[in-house]
Amino acid sequence: MKREPPRTLADYGPLLFPAAMLTVFFVVPSGTMIAVSFFQRQQGGFYTPAFVWSNYERFLSVFFGNVLGFSLMLAIAVAICCVVLALPFTYLLARMSRRAQVLWLVGLLSVLSLSEVIIGFAWSTLFSRTAGITNLLVAIGLMDSPKALYPGFSAVLTGMVYQAFPYTVLVLFPALVRLDPTLTEAARTLGSSPLRAFFNVVIPALRNTIVATLIMVFIFALGSYLLPQILGRPQHWTLSVLITDQAIYQSNMPFAAAMAVFLVLVTLALVTLTLFLGRKGEAA
Amino acid sequence: MSGLVLKDISKRFGDFTAVDHVDLSVPHGTFVCMLGPSGCGKTTLLRMIAGLDEPSEGAILLDDEDITPIPTHKRNLGMVFQSLALFPHLNVGENIAYPLRIRGVAKEEQKRRVDELLQMIHLPGYGDRPVAKLSGGQRQRVAIARALALSPKLFLLDEPLSALDAKLREAMQVELRQLQQSLGITTIVVTHDQREAMTMADTVVVMNGGEIRQAASPVEIYRNPADTFVADFIGSTNLLELSADSARRATFRGKPVAGLTLPAGLAKASVSIRPEDVHLTASGGDAIDGTITFIRDLGGTIETFIDISGQNVVAVSTPRARPDVTVGQKVGVVLPAEACVVLKQ
Repeated sequence: MKREPPRTLADYGPLLFPAAMLTVFFVVPSGTMIAVSFFQRQQGGFYTPAFVWSNYERFLSVFFGNVLGFSLMLAIAVAICCVVLALPFTYLLARMSRRAQVLWLVGLLSVLSLSEVIIGFAWSTLFSRTAGITNLLVAIGLMDSPKALYPGFSAVLTGMVYQAFPYTVLVLFPALVRLDPTLTEAARTLGSSPLRAFFNVVIPALRNTIVATLIMVFIFALGSYLLPQILGRPQHWTLSVLITDQAIYQSNMPFAAAMAVFLVLVTLALVTLTLFLGRKGEAA
Repeated sequence: MSGLVLKDISKRFGDFTAVDHVDLSVPHGTFVCMLGPSGCGKTTLLRMIAGLDEPSEGAILLDDEDITPIPTHKRNLGMVFQSLALFPHLNVGENIAYPLRIRGVAKEEQKRRVDELLQMIHLPGYGDRPVAKLSGGQRQRVAIARALALSPKLFLLDEPLSALDAKLREAMQVELRQLQQSLGITTIVVTHDQREAMTMADTVVVMNGGEIRQAASPVEIYRNPADTFVADFIGSTNLLELSADSARRATFRGKPVAGLTLPAGLAKASVSIRPEDVHLTASGGDAIDGTITFIRDLGGTIETFIDISGQNVVAVSTPRARPDVTVGQKVGVVLPAEACVVLKQ
C-alpha cells in the first residue's frame, strides 16, 4: 500500500507537537551548549558572551585525547559485550512460551527501575573484599582468601554491561520474534548444525538490527558518568566524568560545553562511519 | 525394502495426538502427496520425516537404515518450506550454493552446480539477483533448486505452492511433476489442495485426525474411496444412505437401485456416487423419481440439482450430453450399479 505524501500545511499538523517538543527540549539546549562552548570564562563561576576558540584549544592535549580514547574504547567494549551476551539470550527468549517471556522481560525491566547510583554501590559491595562474591568462592573452596575485585576496569565494564543489558534485550527482542523460524530449519535441512545455522543464517539475517543495537548501546555507554567513578580508578574515568567535573565542581561551563560538543561530534562521526560501512557491506 | 518406511509413528503434543500410529511405505522414486484438512497431522508427519520434530513412538527407515535418531542436518534430504525460507542476506546463486558451501564443496564446483540448477529451473543468469527482486514463482523455483542442490535421497515439500495464484500454481504442479520424473527422486508433498494431489502424485495419502484414511493412486482414491471422509474430501460426491431388502438388493428411498447388492450382513450402507455418474432419463421404469431444483451452467459443465424425496443429488454432464430439462420438472434418476461405491462405516 502506498501512502499519499503530505501536501497542504494542514497535513503536517500532527507533526506540530513533536516538533515543538524537539525544539524546546533538544534544539534550544543544544544550541545554548554550542553557544556557551565559545564563551569566555570569568573567574568565580560565570561566563561572558564572546567567540573564542580557547575552550577547544585547551581540550587538544594528550591528557584529554587519552580520556576520549578510553571513553570510546569503553563504550565500544560495553556495546560488544552487551550484544554478544544479549543476542543468544534473546534468541532463546523469543522461542520460549509466552509466560516465560513475560517473566523474563518483567525481571529485566525491573533492572531499569534501579538508578545508576544503586547499581554502582550494589556492585561495589559485590566486588568488595569483606562482603563480596569472592567470599562465596572461598566458602565453596575455589579460592584461598577473599580479595577485592574493584576498583578496576573489569568492575567498570561489568557494572555498565549490567546496566545496558536490559535495553539491549528490549531492542533485539522484536526483531528476533519476527525472525522466520523456518530460516534456521531450512538451514538444518540443508546440512547446517543448529549452532552453525545460528552463525550463518540468524546473525547475517539480523545484521541491520545488530548494527543498530551496537550504536544504541555505544551511545548509552558514552553518557555514563557515575559507574566509572564508583567502580573505577581515576584512569578509568570517562570524558563524561570530566565534563561533569568541569560543569559542576570547577564551574567552568564553557570548557564543559566544549568537551560535550566535541564528544557529540566524535560520536556522530563514528555512527556515520558505521552506517556507511554497513551500507557498503550490503551492496557487496 | 528400499525407499522410505514409516513404522507405527505417533506424535503427541501434551494431551493432543497429532499423528496416531501411522504406517506407510514409499518405494524409491515415487511421488507421494499427503492430503488432508488443516490439523490432520500431515505437516507434523513431514516434519518428523525431516527430523525437525521427533516422533513420540515408532521408527523412520530410509533404505533399511533407521534414521529416527539422526539429526536433520545429517539426513541428506531437501525440503521446501511453505514460507520458502530463502535466506534474505544471500542472492539467488548464494542461496542455491548454501548447502554446497556448508559441505565444503570447491568454489568452481559450486559455481558449475549452481549454473546447472539455474538451467534446470529455467532461470539461467539469475545467480546475481537479490532474492527480494524475484516474483513469487521465481522464488518458488529457487527454493526448489536449493533443496535439490545436493541431489538428496528425499525431497520434501510443505504446502509449496500455496502462496501462488491459481494459474501459476497449476503450471508449477505440472513442472514439479516433470522435474521429479526426470530426476527419479522420492518426493513427498504436503497439501490441502486435492487437485494438486491428483495432478502430481503416484500415491495420494489422505489423512484426517492424525490417521491415514487411505493411501492409493489418485484414480483409485477417486473411484474407490475407502470411507465417507475420503469420498467427501476428494472431489465432490453424492453420499446416499441405502438399505438392503430381503434379497440384499440395495434400495434408495424404497426404490431399488438396479443391479446393486449390499454385502452380506449390512442392512444399511453409505454409498458414494460421483455426480458425473448420475444419469437423468424420463421418469418411470427402473429410474428413481426426482424433481429438478436448480441448474448451474458453468459453460464447461452443467450441474443439475435433483431432489429425491428430501435428499439432494447432484448430476454433472457436459453441454453436449446436456439433458433437456428445466427447474421443477419431474425426471428419472439412474444410479449405475458399477459407479456406486459402498463405503466402510
